[in-house]
Amino acid sequence: MDMHPTTTGVPNRKVLMWTFIGSECMLFGTLIASYLAYRGRSVVGPYPEELVNIPFITVTTFVLLMSSLAMVLALSAVQRGDRRGTIIWLAATAVLGLIFLGGQYLEFSHFVHEGLGLSRNLFSATFYLLTGTHGAHVLIGVIWLSSLLGMELRGNLGAEKAEIVEVAGLYWHFVDVVWIVLFTVIYLLV
Amino acid sequence: MSHSGEHGHSGAHPSNRTYVLVALVLAVITGVEVMIFYLEALRPVIVPILLVLSTSKFILVASFFMHLKYDSRVLRGLFAGPLLMAAAIILALMALYGMFTAGVA
Repeated sequence: MDMHPTTTGVPNRKVLMWTFIGSECMLFGTLIASYLAYRGRSVVGPYPEELVNIPFITVTTFVLLMSSLAMVLALSAVQRGDRRGTIIWLAATAVLGLIFLGGQYLEFSHFVHEGLGLSRNLFSATFYLLTGTHGAHVLIGVIWLSSLLGMELRGNLGAEKAEIVEVAGLYWHFVDVVWIVLFTVIYLLV
Repeated sequence: MSHSGEHGHSGAHPSNRTYVLVALVLAVITGVEVMIFYLEALRPVIVPILLVLSTSKFILVASFFMHLKYDSRVLRGLFAGPLLMAAAIILALMALYGMFTAGVA
């Protein structure tokens, strides 16, 4: 654990995660910029306005937002030393993440069925790259949360190790804030 | 050297009640966003409205769920710096591709 004083006054793990998140801002910034630069420039269909299912995406967005709530409740539980609460909320966060990924799989399947292959047009290329990169981040988050859940189930995660849950939570919430932007940019401003 | 109480676990974090309240606000804002999407009358001003709502959600998650409101300024700087650079990249590329000129969607 990082209990000793640091030059920044902040635990090194948190500085590391925030630095990583900063670099991720740049990554998603360039992907969003590419998507916006090519927006409305596809010369062959299908076009986004023909495919996007707003009610469905709203549900998956809600699921991801609620997964962030479950994540902070997991952190709160582990800080209190509440093992049962930690297990329940970590599991809930991972399950909600999996539901979101399932929704993304269904959406991609629908798009491909409608003829929107990966290299069909500028929209498909930038859309799959952007949402696929985000989905990969969600998947990594689910694996990370599952490993924390495994640690807690084996009794290796207690209040003294709450910081590693907090760092995982920072990653998870970042994935959530990226989706907040993507939901608006890709779906609502279609 | 700043000691803001983040050593070990974390400093003063919000209560579970605050977390639930923030989640409710996020859900309501999302509902409002979708409602605005379907309102034809708001089409001319949909972009600024949705950007404001989306930014509000972003700030709520970063402030309360990611604890930036309560954590050290060092962490806020680590986030805000690259975030501003990312926003600048987006705006620069959009300008480069003529997205701000009339007639281009």
